[in-house]
Amino acid sequence: MSISIFNTIGCGAVGRSRTLTLLAFVVAGLFSSCKKDETDAKTYEVFLPSNFPAPEYDLSQNPVTKEGFELGRKLFYDPIMSRDSTIACADCHISFSAFSHPDHAVSHGIDGLLGKRNALPVQNLIWQSSYFWDGGVGQMDFIPLNAITNPVEMDEDPAHVVAKLNANANYRGLFKAAFAGQDTVTGPHMLQALAQFMAMLVSANSRYDHHVRNEPGGNMSAQELTGLQVFQEKCATCHATDLFTDRQYRNNGILNSFTIDHGRNEVSTLPEDVGKFRVPSLRNVALTAPYMHNGKFKTLEAVLEHYASGVKDSPTLDPLLKQNGQLGIPLTAGDKEALLAFLKTLTDQDFARDVRFQK
Amino acid sequence: MKYAFSGIVALVFIAFTFSNCKKDDGELKGTGDVVIEMDNHAGDDVLVFGQKYVTAAGDTVQFSTFNYFVSNFILVKDDGTEFRVAKDSCYFLCKHDDTESRELVLRNIPAGDYKSVKFTIGVDSLKSVSPIGERGGVLDPTGGASGMYWSWNSGYIFVKVEGTSPQAPVDAGTGERTLEYHTGLFGGKDSPTLNNLKQVTITSSSENARVRDGHTGEEAPMFHLYVDVLEMFTTPNTFKVSDVPTSHAGPFSKSVADNYADMFTLDHVHNHN
Repeated sequence: MSISIFNTIGCGAVGRSRTLTLLAFVVAGLFSSCKKDETDAKTYEVFLPSNFPAPEYDLSQNPVTKEGFELGRKLFYDPIMSRDSTIACADCHISFSAFSHPDHAVSHGIDGLLGKRNALPVQNLIWQSSYFWDGGVGQMDFIPLNAITNPVEMDEDPAHVVAKLNANANYRGLFKAAFAGQDTVTGPHMLQALAQFMAMLVSANSRYDHHVRNEPGGNMSAQELTGLQVFQEKCATCHATDLFTDRQYRNNGILNSFTIDHGRNEVSTLPEDVGKFRVPSLRNVALTAPYMHNGKFKTLEAVLEHYASGVKDSPTLDPLLKQNGQLGIPLTAGDKEALLAFLKTLTDQDFARDVRFQK
Repeated sequence: MKYAFSGIVALVFIAFTFSNCKKDDGELKGTGDVVIEMDNHAGDDVLVFGQKYVTAAGDTVQFSTFNYFVSNFILVKDDGTEFRVAKDSCYFLCKHDDTESRELVLRNIPAGDYKSVKFTIGVDSLKSVSPIGERGGVLDPTGGASGMYWSWNSGYIFVKVEGTSPQAPVDAGTGERTLEYHTGLFGGKDSPTLNNLKQVTITSSSENARVRDGHTGEEAPMFHLYVDVLEMFTTPNTFKVSDVPTSHAGPFSKSVADNYADMFTLDHVHNHN
C-alpha cells in the first residue's frame, strides 16, 4: 500500500516540495496508527494464582487481547462451529457449572447423538499439558478440533467452519480487529481466539484458595479442615497440588472390564493403558456432577462410597486402590462427611458467575 | 596523491591474492537449492491411481490416495559434514495427485558437494505438540493438513494410503472392498504412545549433488527418489489385505510403518552443471 503511494510520488507528476509534504504526512500517518494499535491491543491479564505452578501453555506466543478474547467467547457460544449450526461449545460446557454439562452423564451432540464420555469442565487449562479423558490432545490450541470433527459432537470439517466464518462480514471484521488487520479468517486465528478465551478461564478463588493464600474470605470450619487433612492423607497422591490432579492416567476401578471405552489405551495403543483415564481436577467438583469418565455417579456421596466400598478389580487397576490385597480406600463415616465438607470449599463462585465468561 | 595511488595498487594486489587463495582451497561460497523429486511407483511401474497392482502377498490392489509427510531434511557432504535445513522450511506434504507437492525445494543450502540426504517420514514430536501459531501451510489442520490430521489423537497422519482390492472384505459403511491405511503416532507428549516416526537415509554411490551459489530452480541439483507404495505391504511384515484391510492408530500401525520405512530409494542424482 505504502509502496504504491511512494511510486506515484516518484513518477514526477508532483513537485518536490509537495512530495516532501506528502511524505511527511504519510510518515505521520504511520506513526499515529502505530500508537493507536498499541492502545487497542491492551493485554487482557490472565490470572496466575500464587498457589499454582507455572503454566504449561506459553501465553507469550498467543497473548490474550480484548479483541481476541471476545472473539473467542463469541465462537465458543456460536453453533456455527457445527455441521448444521445446531451445536455450540457452550451447549456442553456451561459457565455456571464451571463449563461442565450438569445432569448429563454423557452429552448429546449433533442429531441428538450421544457421546461416550462425560464432558470435562473447561477451567485452568493452561496448567494442563494434555487434554480430554484419554489425553489425546497435547496442546491447548487444538482442543476445539476434537469437538468440531467428532461425528457425535459437531461433525464438521474445520476448514468448512473457516469458510463459513469467512462468508460472514461481521466475523471478518472481528478477526481483522483481533489479528493484525488480516482480511481473511484463517483456521489458526480461529483456534488462537478460542485459546485466548480458554486461557482466561482460570478458577482459583474458592474458599480453599483464599485459605491457602492467607487472604480474606479464607475461613474454614473445623470439619472442613479435618476434611483437608483426610484428603491430604488419602486422596492427594492422585489429586495432587493445588491443581488437584497429578495429570496422570489411572484406572480407578469404575468397571471390571472396559469394553465400550478403553480410555488412554485408545490413544496410546498400549495394553497397560486399558481402563486408564485422566485424573480430573477437583476444582468446582460440587458444581460438575455427574462424575467419572462415563458419568456413572450423580453425587459426591456416591463417589466417596465408590472409593470406600465400590472399587472393582481388573488387571490395570491402580495399585494405590489395592493395597495389602484390600480394594479401595478405607474411609470412616466421619472421614466421608469431612471430605464432603472440604470438597465444597473448592467451589469458586467468582469463576462460575464471572460475566466476562458468559454469552 | 602518489601514496594514495600506491595504496590502491596494494589493495588491489591484496584483494587479488585473497581471491586466489580461496580458489586454491576449493572453498565454495554462497548458497543454492537442492531439489528432491518424489517419483511415486508401485513396484517397477510408475504409480497410476486406479491401475491394478499385485502386492507381495499376491493381492490385487488399486489406489486412490497416496499422501505422506516428510520433514527435517539433513544434507551430508562428501566429507561427512552435515547441514540441517532450517526448521521453518523443512516440512513437506507430498500428495500423489499433486505433482508440484512432490518436487521439494530445500533452500539456502551452503554450496558444496552432497552425497546423502536424510529425512523423517512424518512430523516430529516437537512440532506435533507445538502451538497452532507454528503450524502454517501444510501443517495447518484446518487448511494444508486437512485430511492428514487426527484431532482426537492429536497428530498428523504420516502416510495415508487408500484404495480397493477384490481380496478385501466388503466395508459395511461404503459397500465397497475398501483399503484404508492411515499411519501416524509420534510417541506421545507426557505419556508414551507408539512412535511410528521413521528416519530415512539416501546415499548416492556415484554422483554428488553439486550445490552452487545462486543455483536455484532449474539450475539446482536434484535427488530423484522412487517411492514404492507396494513396500507398505511387505518387509518385514508381509500381510494380506484380507487380514488387514484397514489400519489406523492401532497397534498394527507399527507393522505398517516398519514396512514403509524402506519405500524411498535413490534413482539418481541429477546435476545441471
